[in-house]
Amino acid sequence: MTKSGKWLLIAALLAGTAGAQAAKKDKETPASQGSSTEPENPYPSTYKAYPGRPTVIRGATIFDGEGGRIDNGVVFLSEGKVVAIGGPDTPIPADVALFDGTGKYLTPGVIDIHSHLGVYASPGVDALSDGNEMTSPVTPHVWAEHSIWPQDPGFGRALANGGVTTLQILPGSGNLFGGRSVTVKNVPARTQQGMKFPGAPYGLKMACGENPKRVYGAKGREPSTRMGNMAVDRQTWIKAREYQKKRAAGKDQTRDLGMETLADVLEGKILVHNHCYRADEMANVIDMSKEFGYRITAFHHAVESYKIADLLRENNICSAMWGDWYGFKMEAYDGIKENVPLVHRAGACAIVHSDDENGIQRLNQEAAKALGAGRRMGIDIPDEVAWTWLAINPARAMGIAEQTGSLKVGKMADVVLWNGNPFSTYTRPEKVWIDGALMYDSANPKLRPVTDFELGQIGAGDVK
Amino acid sequence: MAALSLTAAAPAFAQSIAITGATLAIGDGSEPIRNGTVVITGGKIVAAGAGVAVPAGAKTIDASGKWVTPGLVSGYSRVGLVEVPGVRQTNDTSARSPFSAAIDVAPAINPLANPIAVSRTAGITRAVVVPATGVGIFAGQGAVVDLGADLNPITKARAFQYVEMGESGAEDAGGSRAAAILTFKMMLREAQEFAKAPASYDGRSKDALLNRVDAEALVPVVTGVMPLMIHAESARDILSVLALRQDFPALKLILAGAAEGWMVATQIAAAKVPVIAGGLDDLPSSFEKLAATQSNVGRMVKAGVAVSMGLMDRDEGLQLRLATQQAGNMVALNKVPGATGLSWGQALRTITSAPAEAMGLGDRIGSLKAGKAGDVVIWDGDPLEMTSAPVAVWIDGVQQPIENRQTKLRDRYATPTEGAMPKAYEW
Repeated sequence: MTKSGKWLLIAALLAGTAGAQAAKKDKETPASQGSSTEPENPYPSTYKAYPGRPTVIRGATIFDGEGGRIDNGVVFLSEGKVVAIGGPDTPIPADVALFDGTGKYLTPGVIDIHSHLGVYASPGVDALSDGNEMTSPVTPHVWAEHSIWPQDPGFGRALANGGVTTLQILPGSGNLFGGRSVTVKNVPARTQQGMKFPGAPYGLKMACGENPKRVYGAKGREPSTRMGNMAVDRQTWIKAREYQKKRAAGKDQTRDLGMETLADVLEGKILVHNHCYRADEMANVIDMSKEFGYRITAFHHAVESYKIADLLRENNICSAMWGDWYGFKMEAYDGIKENVPLVHRAGACAIVHSDDENGIQRLNQEAAKALGAGRRMGIDIPDEVAWTWLAINPARAMGIAEQTGSLKVGKMADVVLWNGNPFSTYTRPEKVWIDGALMYDSANPKLRPVTDFELGQIGAGDVK
Repeated sequence: MAALSLTAAAPAFAQSIAITGATLAIGDGSEPIRNGTVVITGGKIVAAGAGVAVPAGAKTIDASGKWVTPGLVSGYSRVGLVEVPGVRQTNDTSARSPFSAAIDVAPAINPLANPIAVSRTAGITRAVVVPATGVGIFAGQGAVVDLGADLNPITKARAFQYVEMGESGAEDAGGSRAAAILTFKMMLREAQEFAKAPASYDGRSKDALLNRVDAEALVPVVTGVMPLMIHAESARDILSVLALRQDFPALKLILAGAAEGWMVATQIAAAKVPVIAGGLDDLPSSFEKLAATQSNVGRMVKAGVAVSMGLMDRDEGLQLRLATQQAGNMVALNKVPGATGLSWGQALRTITSAPAEAMGLGDRIGSLKAGKAGDVVIWDGDPLEMTSAPVAVWIDGVQQPIENRQTKLRDRYATPTEGAMPKAYEW
């Protein structure tokens, strides 16, 4: 991938993000020789945008994904990119596919920062349960992409019902260090490489709280307590820092996949996505990140972010949250519907995520729950601003904000035309474009993806 | 709050309440009407509709600009049986017990469980409470409850018996569907033997499948006095369930799940078996749901099946408030080419009168028709929209608190920073 023109383009677009700096640095640093040599990108993306035609959607209400709104707007997509966006006076070129969006809404594609599609696929049988390597609490060496089953029917449902165009697939939360995440475009493909978002930085999944201590406590081993969680984390970071120092100094050492991931975290190349419910635990983890000199990009399942929204703002950490989940386990006991708007109002970064193959089909409705609850307590967030929870905010936290996450000229043409206001329960995606290619059209049954798993079975091709 | 509301729960029934000017939905499947009025007297609905006169002396509540519906009924839940599902000590949904069919959930319902208050705040006023299987295919006897802020939650105890078929039934029966069906039949035969001669039924012999109390509990099932709720998802499992009536003609069946019900909808309709479905299932989450689609409910209703919605897969103890989302999405399907949805009124019916009727309580709860319980909700907008919420809730004519510990946490942390004193002093 590094040799392709696409990569160079993306590296240029990426300038300013952690991922881009990392990518540039990699390119500028001559590869060291010896047993410690890491291949730069051993499982490269083979994704290429599918063919699209120059397309204009006019007349729709546009939420641009960064908080902007255009009524009666015009969007022009060409060569996989947003070429123009503006009000009703925006010139419309000849020879384009022209769609009337009157009475409809246009948004950037939904981005889910927390999904297990492909690694916990449907059907949910043991043979397809590949999300949690629960044989050790420290598994930064596993990569979620090596578990992804591209034939998971959940991807197509997320596209057709949820308007999801990009998603981060994470390992599960049984382990303290769960492994590397991967970001994919929501296109059907034969291989995970065919879905992989070109140039997106990797993430590291970490988890605090009940899951690791329960899983390993039940096995009679460390960690069995929250202090055990922190102790194992800290011991691991000590080793990682040693590894990273040697690597940076070009010293020879045996390759260690887990340490490579953690060293990349310490160098800012891999973004930390930390599953953490409770406010007090998040505060401990923030201090740990300072102790070892890494940055936490986002807390996921952050049901108590509202209690420390000020702290999260000061530390520039995003919270990825559900609309209304609460109480299913002790650390979720204090979940409230106003979490998202309270975090937003405090000036911290708020993201609505799914963690669920059903929830991902209705992230717009999850955001609506939060929006309504916020307004009821006097937090009056306009619709177009709330859309940032599903667009630019997750894009930033995934290191892909220069490429997608909003409808700005030059960005990927990842676009959803909704048949009404997307915060209404009565609204569904009408058309979804990914990199300018029409990948879903509710009016065209042939544009409903049917996975290999479903093909030839009852229900294949049915409206879902 | 809880203590106060408990003492206040003794109803002052004498005065009539009239709610006027609302967009009013009755809950019987009809579409909402403008400028409707509801009158509650003595804890019951007296009248609801357009042009209903406000009785002299009634306490009048102006609900113009708002919506009014009957209190919502969750068709499938475990509310009150669990506080925190992941905390075993608070989870009474199932047991590894020597008893199965005889288990009665009613005395285990905790009316002070937080999920009851959270659900009530969201406009849910009644719920079907379903036990989960522990040992064997029969889970026991479920109940219908109200979610009022008092210590008397039971609307109907021992409202139905619950049994697993399909994949879970097979697992509970030792590994196969064939074993589950045989086990079911043999157990009902033992119940028939018990009914014929209770004194001579030997539940202790090692050949007996049922001990005496479980056999006794299945007698009203086999005689058709007590409804039998059967969980089955696939088309073929549903047909197997319907065929059980060949051996036991009196069975009063209710189907739970039925993800592939649309494939055999005409048979379900002909058998007059009501269905309680999840509604939003559209993934082949198991091999018994390969044909799952969100159009399932709409297609079944179109075929004449009485369909209710409930929480089938998880969070059954907590998230009863998803009912409005389930119903709203059924309406959304009307705008999706090729999909089959429900009208707004039909959608509301699946979470009000339909589950009430499935439980045999259609004459008591589930709609705003005269004579029904005074379960009424005023909403600040269209109740099937996720941005809407109740502003007032009555159960049996008693106005309910719409606060809970979540609203208290919200208020405490409206500003996250601490003031002169810690947050613990803000309450």
